[in-house]
Amino acid sequence: MTTSGERTITIALMDPPYESGTTTTALRMVDAALRKGINVNVFAYEGAVNMTMKAQAPHPNPVKGTSVEEQDHPSTARFIAGLFELSQSGPALDWINCGLCVDERGAGDWIDGPRRGGPGDLLKMSQASTNTLIIGTR
Amino acid sequence: MPGILSVVERAYHGTIEEQDDTILWVSHMIKNAGADLSVLLRSNAVNYAVRGQDASGLNIGGVELSVPPRLDDDVIALTNAGAPVYVVAEDLADRGISTDELCEGVQTVARADLAKLFDAHDAIWHW
Repeated sequence: MTTSGERTITIALMDPPYESGTTTTALRMVDAALRKGINVNVFAYEGAVNMTMKAQAPHPNPVKGTSVEEQDHPSTARFIAGLFELSQSGPALDWINCGLCVDERGAGDWIDGPRRGGPGDLLKMSQASTNTLIIGTR
Repeated sequence: MPGILSVVERAYHGTIEEQDDTILWVSHMIKNAGADLSVLLRSNAVNYAVRGQDASGLNIGGVELSVPPRLDDDVIALTNAGAPVYVVAEDLADRGISTDELCEGVQTVARADLAKLFDAHDAIWHW
């Protein structure tokens, strides 16, 4: 259900960062959608709320003997901050972190952009979207 | 008798964000800590031993992944560090991977011989 000509996709994510291939794939899809002029809603559920935590920090790689600078380790928070920057000049990105999931993980300190919500928001976003993609934990 | 056989089967899970595979990495760290350790790649993880992988070019929201994972190099580094790396021959064949595509030093093992390989180690760490 969308207004005429405007397209929106809702993506529900569940996997925590750094442990699954779905995280990178989902972020690439968000990037591609925004660049194609498609509004994106993300509902981060369970472990996915950790993706936006502000305190994520890069680290060196002792196996390779590389420093923090040489390794230039990206974080999911940094990627998502980039997506919010991208949305400033184009279609909208609305990112909701499941509040109860945040509370049980102590994951409330996140980067600028995401907002707190709940499962009811996923329903509303889905109803207002052209399509919804659920990416659950396997 | 060799010590630990570290079995890796999940592949490409978080490797972009981590810039490596977490189990290959921790296996190398444990080897560096003095362990007598071997690695067995099975299922989709046999692809880690294929030479010439290129995961470069990723850019999300204008944030570039400047240092992509180089899993074949990580496998070679393990063998160079003295950790034997085995791959299951049938898992290669199932995926259309021939042995001449593999990194130097990687050893193939038939599925029927896995029990012997397990038996030749003190401990099996199945991640």
